[in-house]
Amino acid sequence: MTPTLQSNAAPPPHGALFTDYILDAAYDEMFESPGLARPHCRALFDELRSASESELSQRQLEADKAFLTQGITFTVYGDDKGTERIFPFDLLPRIIAAQEWRTLERGLTQRLTAINLFLKDVYHDQRILAEGVVPRELVQSCKHYRREMRGVHVHRDIYVSVAGTDLIRLEDGRFVVLEDNLRVPSGVSYMLANREATKRVLPGLFDRYHVSPVAHYGQALLATLRALAPNNAAEPTFVVLTPGVGNSAYFEHAFLAREMGVALVEGRDLLVHDNVVYMRTTAGLRRVDVIYRRVDDDFLDPLAFRADSHLGVPGLLNAYRAGNVSLANAIGTGLADDKALYAYIPAIIRFYMSEEPILPNVETYLLANRADRQYVLEHLDALVVKAVGESGGYGMLIGPHSTAAERAEFKTKIEANPRNFIAQPTLSLSRSPCFIGGRIEPRHVDLRPYVLYGDHVTIVPGGLTRVALRKGSLVVNSSQGGGSKDTWVLAD
Amino acid sequence: MLQSRVADSLYWISRYLERAGHTIRLIDVRLDLELDRRADADGWDFTRLCAVVKCETAAGAPASPAALVETLVFDVSNRGSVLACITAARDNARQAREEISSDMWEQLNALYLRLKQVRGEGTWSIRPHYLSRLVIEGVHLFEGVTDATMGHGEGWQFLRAGRFIERAAATAALVDLQFRDTPRLPANHVEWVGLLRSCAAFEAYCRCYTADVRPDRVAEFLLLNAEFPRSVRFAAARVESALRAIAQLTGRGAGGRAERLAGRLHASLDYGQVDEILGEDPHAYLADIGRYCAQIHDAAHVSYISYPIESALPA
Repeated sequence: MTPTLQSNAAPPPHGALFTDYILDAAYDEMFESPGLARPHCRALFDELRSASESELSQRQLEADKAFLTQGITFTVYGDDKGTERIFPFDLLPRIIAAQEWRTLERGLTQRLTAINLFLKDVYHDQRILAEGVVPRELVQSCKHYRREMRGVHVHRDIYVSVAGTDLIRLEDGRFVVLEDNLRVPSGVSYMLANREATKRVLPGLFDRYHVSPVAHYGQALLATLRALAPNNAAEPTFVVLTPGVGNSAYFEHAFLAREMGVALVEGRDLLVHDNVVYMRTTAGLRRVDVIYRRVDDDFLDPLAFRADSHLGVPGLLNAYRAGNVSLANAIGTGLADDKALYAYIPAIIRFYMSEEPILPNVETYLLANRADRQYVLEHLDALVVKAVGESGGYGMLIGPHSTAAERAEFKTKIEANPRNFIAQPTLSLSRSPCFIGGRIEPRHVDLRPYVLYGDHVTIVPGGLTRVALRKGSLVVNSSQGGGSKDTWVLAD
Repeated sequence: MLQSRVADSLYWISRYLERAGHTIRLIDVRLDLELDRRADADGWDFTRLCAVVKCETAAGAPASPAALVETLVFDVSNRGSVLACITAARDNARQAREEISSDMWEQLNALYLRLKQVRGEGTWSIRPHYLSRLVIEGVHLFEGVTDATMGHGEGWQFLRAGRFIERAAATAALVDLQFRDTPRLPANHVEWVGLLRSCAAFEAYCRCYTADVRPDRVAEFLLLNAEFPRSVRFAAARVESALRAIAQLTGRGAGGRAERLAGRLHASLDYGQVDEILGEDPHAYLADIGRYCAQIHDAAHVSYISYPIESALPA
């Protein structure tokens, strides 16, 4: 049996591994129609048709073992034995054609440029609010809006240095932006580790394609941070600031520090004296110029934000405002990835760039708007409702999969605080072939490319493809049964 | 440039691994000796072993090899157990991940995972010797990978300092215990051979003195030999040179407190005489070595890790 539409009668066989591969309405990343691979996936399909289950299982095992030894793991919560698990890795690469990637690249560049202009404006002149393009109360009610940043000069007006934009593909194959992650986007280490793993376990397949390399991400990130170095620093010192070894992304923080060849610090390793940030070294204190921080705004400086934070550096905000240290990303960028503000990004692009958005948004209802709210409350069973302040797939109501009780509960919550919610149509994410339980089956995927904004915009050709490993599931978050796979962007 | 916290972690990685290797050697030798000894005695006797690794359990010394291995190798609530030491070394390596090479990390991580796996399988009890080889080889590999893949700069010197301070203190403590508890053991007694083997020193001793094993020579070899890498003198020389290199690399002048203490310890061993040491008060002498090691540790910690900020701020 081969990929087939559910209604279709027995098509010709295309390899034993594909017996459970049934196409549905969702866009399939590999097949145009049952048994017919898209042109850029044909070599992969050929390879898989002739592969045996035991061969693929063996390779999967090798990849998993490599992740374990490299310590690319997370600790299972509530397990006092400290059991460590790897993030599930799917063996089969997701392939993106060169032409499609070019569109993504242009769209992401446009979007991040506009977002940086927007943040500069909102924290200074507020032209866009004065002209009523974005409602003032939406900005002021956003919990990630930082009044402390009003009028603060941010070096070269670079607010977001690193973005991890979540894209999905609609049924017609168009990529749309689902979410802009503009605070401390994570996962890029998996993009790199997945590539390493694929090169090791599938060298033959790799050889049949011209895959754009991603390994220079560390250098690109360092170059991006260099653009932030205060002018007076001849040989600037860069650090990566981590919440510490207990953080679930600690592996990534250490990984990036190593890739860039810079120190990995915790809050307790830094101190501020006379508005200058120092790090404690064996040769005494050393001035720090640029901090790639992987700590949320709230925890950065206990004197300015949450006083109970042990992760931060007392006095950091003042050193930052004095221009003695740069932060990537700047403080207060979370405003622009607020789920309600998201709806205005196309308008923001038009406002600052005088261009039409290249990458569309998902249609979004703001529950703070009376008309939207009424429509949504009447159609809760068909929509996805999200709390604007939540991430990681939490605080969501997926209408078609919900019970009447859950819908009633969300209705109460929405009416109590409409600003806190948005709704979107239930989208069918595209599906990509995955090696699961000895068979190749389709699973829903998204795509998170990493966009760097320094002297210019750099997007390493690739990204993290997250996979909803549970059959039928649309939730790709690693905390909820998600895995990931390597993403190949083809060179021309 | 090396962060203080990372330097501290590097130091502890190798200290903990050295300790794990030391403990597993003692267990290996003890289980082996007990097999011979039990020909003329009833029951297992692990009292002395537990005393030397400072493991005092409420229940007293373990009464079987399986209980011994469980307590001293796997029980992580016992902070001196081999698994606890390797876990601590690995936790420190995680903290210093950007300073050590990936090969070093993977070697240490593989040792940790293997040890956990072996415990889960439960097969070690059939061949405890296999378990000790696993740990000893794992530690050796880590040392070799370290020397081969990491720059021999400041971080490497902290690794060295940790390893040799631990070694000097542990060897001195072991010799001390043997001389206190068994002053009148006949020469050639298996216990003296056991002491040498616990320091991986039996073969090297024989090449130096022949297989004629005599307590004063054993003491001389383990304390004062200049060439054997597990002797206290050898270790003290490495501690001194590591601290001197660190002082130089961090731009401190020569003759800091840690360096002076290490130099004094090294000199006392360079010019030591075994008949004087054993003739006067061996226990006092050996206990002094332990105290010196603790003072060197404290002095280095204050100089490089926990120095008061006021002393380091720009004027």
